[in-house]
Amino acid sequence: MLESILITIATAATPLLIAAMGELVVERSGVLNLGVEGMMIMGAITGFAVALTTGSVWLGVFAAILVGAAFALIFGFLTLSLVTNQVATGLALTLFGLGLSGMLGEGFVGRPGLRLGRIDIPFLSDLPFVGRLLFGQDPLFYVSLLLTAAVAYFLFATRAGLMLRAVGDNHTSAHAQGINVVAVRYLAVMFGGACAGLAGAYLSLVYTPQWVENMTAGRGWIALALVVFASWRPWRVVAGAYLFGGVTIGQLHAQALGVAIPSQLLSSLPYLATIAVLVIISRNRRLTMMNTPASLGRPFVPER
Amino acid sequence: MSATRENRAGNLLDVRGLTKLFGSLKACDGIDLTIDRGEIHALLGENGAGKSTFVKMLFGALEPAAGTIRWKGEEVRIASPGDARKLGIGMVFQHFSLFDALTAAENIMLSLDDPAPAGAVAARARALSEAYGLPLDPNAHVGDLSVGERQRIEIIRCLLQNPELIILDEPTSVLTPQEADRLFDTLARLKAEGRSILYISHRLEEVKRICDRATVLRQGRVIAHCDPRGETASSLARMMVGDEVQAVVREKPSAAREALLEVRALSRKAGHPFAVSLSDIDLAVHAGEVLGIAGVAGNGQGEFFEAVSGEVLQEKADAVRIRGKDAGRQDISGRRLMGAAFVPEERLGHAAAPLMTLSQNLLLSRCRTDARAFLSRLGVIRQGAVAKAAKRIADAMDVRKAGEDPEAAALSGGNLQKFVIGRELDRAPMVMVVNQPTWGVDAGAAARIRQALIDLAKGGSAVLVISQDLDELFEICDAIAVMHHGRLSAPIPISEATYEKVGLLMGGARPEAAEPVLEAV
Repeated sequence: MLESILITIATAATPLLIAAMGELVVERSGVLNLGVEGMMIMGAITGFAVALTTGSVWLGVFAAILVGAAFALIFGFLTLSLVTNQVATGLALTLFGLGLSGMLGEGFVGRPGLRLGRIDIPFLSDLPFVGRLLFGQDPLFYVSLLLTAAVAYFLFATRAGLMLRAVGDNHTSAHAQGINVVAVRYLAVMFGGACAGLAGAYLSLVYTPQWVENMTAGRGWIALALVVFASWRPWRVVAGAYLFGGVTIGQLHAQALGVAIPSQLLSSLPYLATIAVLVIISRNRRLTMMNTPASLGRPFVPER
Repeated sequence: MSATRENRAGNLLDVRGLTKLFGSLKACDGIDLTIDRGEIHALLGENGAGKSTFVKMLFGALEPAAGTIRWKGEEVRIASPGDARKLGIGMVFQHFSLFDALTAAENIMLSLDDPAPAGAVAARARALSEAYGLPLDPNAHVGDLSVGERQRIEIIRCLLQNPELIILDEPTSVLTPQEADRLFDTLARLKAEGRSILYISHRLEEVKRICDRATVLRQGRVIAHCDPRGETASSLARMMVGDEVQAVVREKPSAAREALLEVRALSRKAGHPFAVSLSDIDLAVHAGEVLGIAGVAGNGQGEFFEAVSGEVLQEKADAVRIRGKDAGRQDISGRRLMGAAFVPEERLGHAAAPLMTLSQNLLLSRCRTDARAFLSRLGVIRQGAVAKAAKRIADAMDVRKAGEDPEAAALSGGNLQKFVIGRELDRAPMVMVVNQPTWGVDAGAAARIRQALIDLAKGGSAVLVISQDLDELFEICDAIAVMHHGRLSAPIPISEATYEKVGLLMGGARPEAAEPVLEAV
């Protein structure tokens, strides 16, 4: 029982983690992309549709990544090249994605989809209790953790990561240092889009292998909030995503058991718990300020 | 002149006819300049003379509209700072281009083209910092460092690229006199190694002291090439301004009268990681007195100004007293109504809303104190009265502007500062607090502002001037106190104050410790 709950928690947390990790990189470069929800839902419909029509789940996953990145490219072109307002453009991207996915997905509603299977590592997955949990998950679960490690390594141990953080901290200085601010931001935004697309595919190919309109159900927004509350630090995003996933699943079970708490209150628990815990762990204001990208959301136009 | 031109081999840099247009404004208009190897070359000029535009073109941050740049005899096109660095041109910026959230070593790594491992960079940086006498902790976060320490990072970062030409933009404007001396030692060492330095400054005495040649710019054109050692400070100033700069006239300080502004045991915790906490500040400014607060930027001056002006309230009402009444719990409007006036450091965005017109800016700051003059009983704006007052201020302070009532952002720095100060003076305040009154303001406007402050004190008001510019404080103040790490020294009467004494306090020496050194000098 507990084991299966833990596994469902991981399934609930993984899409949040992937999408948030992408947005974390975007925001570290100083760009605020509020279009995560839109890119995610585009990933979800693309993944589902491509998997169903080609019969290959992996093809669906890669198509979702590409569409997510392509969607982000629209955002990048508007905000970085045409210097439109990032907040408005991000909101527009979300609305566009929700609408377009609904239209494209009309013919797929109610059709049974393909599911990305769990992998079974022989012997290890047979270990008692932790076996299934650690060694018998779906492949994207491992991808999400590798992604976190890779992002953390990239940001804090590589020169390219240092450049990205520099661009997010002070784009004017970065430009004066000879860093191509706009190029760095394009790459970051597209990485963010690819992650959001992948997170969307996770929803329609692993979490609930079917297509339902608006199936992201606000997860893009949760991912955005996680990034901020985690003070732009990768491993804290993991903590936040799992906490959120954990309370979500926990309150579902509590509702099923008929606990005498209004279901509305239970449904809001994940949000309250996540905010409370992340606020507490980021109470060190010094550290938080150090990690906050100072140029976040500020448009950059090189002087020429 | 022709001899220099033929002697190409000796010229490191040879710039001809460099021109840059911003719209119809010629920021740089056909500038010629040569720099020899092992030369410290001064670039002089007032604000807006085109110095920054010129060096930005040399450093590849701006693209010239016309003209040629020859580097070691060959014509080059410098399209980006990266190109400039590859040629061997390094730059230390005036407004530091460092990243607050990164460590010193990370900042240095970013400007290196070869992706060296962090450890090796830190070791090289340490070696350089020892060789040139520039102490530095590679693992410190830049946001925690003093301005002088940040400048050292900039210089080391520049030296790591082994440049042959180093451009220094107003390097001493943020340093204590002692720190500046140390910088001059470093520059002498660099020069001895055969490196060339393009030194931008408006401090004429130091240009005379360290520079071999000087090029003077005015309104985007070269006015003169000269040997600064053969000139006097006033002849250089004349070349820069094109006119005599009027000396400020100050009367003898009158006998101490009642204290109009008092600060008692003012303490304040740092509000954010890069802020300075204030501890136990005591201060009194008397009628007819100009009191100066010296100090290197970032030692709590901004926090102190916020507390005194009422942008931040105090816990104890008597921590700030204006004209004998407690003001600590009053906000800025309340303190203005008590007869005080405040001019913050940043004129655009703090003292004035950039996209609003001068008259609107006037109304914004004085709608409470001058409600009767500017507003009808129902709160409707009396446009005529406001416009008239704005014109009166502009005339009184000689604010040069295009059009009758332009947006604040359309004025040059000096002219906007004159307006902002004039806006407060127009009320004839009994207490005036100004933070960095002439920062980045050209010599003519600065003299006008300083004279206005002195005249205000002469009329019986108390004036408190916070400034980094020691020359300014010595020129206008009756006494100077020094702020260091959020603490304020006792004021030194101007008759006893010396640059050495004030400079040592700025560097953090205790008042007692400062005395014996003085005797030695």
